[in-house]
Amino acid sequence: MGTTDIIVKLILIVVIFLISLVIAMYSTYAERKIAAFFQDRLGPSRAGPFGILQPVADGTKMFLKEEIIPANSSKFLFIVGPSLAIMTACIGSAVIPWGQTLQIGTYVLDLQVTDINVGILYIFGVVSLGVYGVMIGGWASNNKYSLLGAIRAASQNISYEIAMGLSIIALLMTTGTLSLKEIAAQQHGWHWNVVYQPLGFLIFIICAFAETNRSPFDLPECETELVGGYHTEYSSMKLGFYLFAEYINMFISSAVMATLYFGGYNFPFMHSLGLSSNWVTILGVIALFAKIFFFIFFFMWVRWTIPRFRYDQLMDLGWKTLIPLAIANIVLTGIVMTLLK
Amino acid sequence: MEALSNKRKVLEAKPLNFWERAYLPAIVKGMGITLKHFLFTKAVTISYPEQKREFSENFRGMHSLKRDEHGRERCTACGLCALSCPAEAITMISAERKPGEENLYREEKYAAVYEINMLRCIFCGLCEEACPKEAIYLDGDIVPSDYLRKDFIYGKDKLVEAPLNQ
Amino acid sequence: MSIFYFIAFLTILFAVLVISAKNPVHSILYLVLTFFTFTIQYILLNAQFLAIVNFIVYMGAILVLFLYTLMLINLNKDSEPMKTNLVKIAAVLGGGCLMVVLVGALKALGVSQPVVLKNPDLGLVKNLGKVLFNEFLLPFEVSSLLLLSAMVGAVLLATKDKKTTA
Repeated sequence: MGTTDIIVKLILIVVIFLISLVIAMYSTYAERKIAAFFQDRLGPSRAGPFGILQPVADGTKMFLKEEIIPANSSKFLFIVGPSLAIMTACIGSAVIPWGQTLQIGTYVLDLQVTDINVGILYIFGVVSLGVYGVMIGGWASNNKYSLLGAIRAASQNISYEIAMGLSIIALLMTTGTLSLKEIAAQQHGWHWNVVYQPLGFLIFIICAFAETNRSPFDLPECETELVGGYHTEYSSMKLGFYLFAEYINMFISSAVMATLYFGGYNFPFMHSLGLSSNWVTILGVIALFAKIFFFIFFFMWVRWTIPRFRYDQLMDLGWKTLIPLAIANIVLTGIVMTLLK
Repeated sequence: MEALSNKRKVLEAKPLNFWERAYLPAIVKGMGITLKHFLFTKAVTISYPEQKREFSENFRGMHSLKRDEHGRERCTACGLCALSCPAEAITMISAERKPGEENLYREEKYAAVYEINMLRCIFCGLCEEACPKEAIYLDGDIVPSDYLRKDFIYGKDKLVEAPLNQ
Repeated sequence: MSIFYFIAFLTILFAVLVISAKNPVHSILYLVLTFFTFTIQYILLNAQFLAIVNFIVYMGAILVLFLYTLMLINLNKDSEPMKTNLVKIAAVLGGGCLMVVLVGALKALGVSQPVVLKNPDLGLVKNLGKVLFNEFLLPFEVSSLLLLSAMVGAVLLATKDKKTTA
């Protein structure tokens, strides 16, 4: 790896980081706008044309608000909590293949930060680490509601991680690799994994909702029962970090779903159009982002349709429905693969 | 128990069948309904200060002290409005009309100071009904917001109608 | 090599902090950091699969459950069991014995030849899987039986009281 490679990778990292921040920012705007449209309202419309500057205004407000650290909290951990939440949210994007290669002169640019051969497991590890931010923040606040929210987050994440892992195992049986790059490359044209793994995808997307703490599984921050959940005591940009982390998580999990099940940067007829490979790559990146935006929209669509689960229903769904279904899916995949061999 | 009317409907809670227990068809149906709202239903929002909804005919808004056809103030400071006011929002100080002021005030006695505390007012319209001179009407707009309590005590400068030929 | 020494130093530092931290929650958090340094050590050894499994299973699941339990238990100073002098003496004796053994072992230790891996990519998923499911299939399956028995035991423990209370 030469110096140019390192510089190019650094630029790519910064670009991806900025893109995820901007998408997270505009997800807050999109959430409000989409919620409004679902409820026959207009949504934010004052800041700039169609309220397009609303996230900037919100961000400024967050930064300028008074910062309160409760007197009886453990101050260091109180600050570590949101930092950890946003950090784990951001590092997930490292292994996602955003596109094929671009050829600039003689230099071949790979649109992926790093292709480690345990890519899926890396994402899985980052997701499982994400709960620490919530737990540490909730515990450090020294508030009963925060603690309850943190505990809910922990048990919910651990429960749904199992079903998520099992659904991925079935996918790995068909792909035979853990590298996200190879998985994306295998789904050429129309051979998207969702066709071969519909049940696995269903389980995966339900678990993704639970892992990102999105409605209908947003029990850690359930307002009706827990005031604000784990971020009850947070104010200013620390609260902003928690909220931001949720949207970045949503973006990353949408990207993972698009890559694992919906072909990543592949789109139909990508090589019969007669375009040069650079154009195919650029169109592929656009296709990937279109899929990601659809999933983000889907997250919001579900949020504004389905009411929140009760906690025992959540645990029932996770342990008694999704895990047996995921195991059945593995068995079924195995049988079909052996028969077709 | 015997039914008193035939309005009562006995519902039977049947055990859910497989598709109902699987939730998914119901979820898909619900998402279809919300999508219909997302795509087709027009927003009912009105962007308020620029765009106003019409008031109903008997809407009661901010008070105005009326003038007669010659532009003179109708109010004679009889105090019936203050007396009738259930919220005790109205105060006034009366004065006698001087010679030469006939074009300003219709009656020989007039209100030198007339104040309504808009924070106390409940917009019931009793002052309007009590007035024998048809001098006060609640025909204005919504009372605007402000930052200080003292700014909600409206004097004659805000209440009296604009003069005729201006 | 210097990275290894640095990470090893961090590992030992955090491990000491685990046992010296006053607050049990802090001690668990130090344990998390200790396990994280383990993960880095595995990566240095090119054992990617082991590294990531250590990351997911230990850091992501087991320690979260530890933390979860500790948060629920109220471990204040006044509820902590009193340590009698007898217990303290026993602890000193036990610790001393361990120390003697360690010192003796270190003294008897000769420098061995560094182990050279025949296949440096052994830690990668594919190779590890082939080794596990061919050469070590029986131990692998036996260990899964062990886990199964632990699970059955947990279920039994959890549902034991049902008959007596219900």
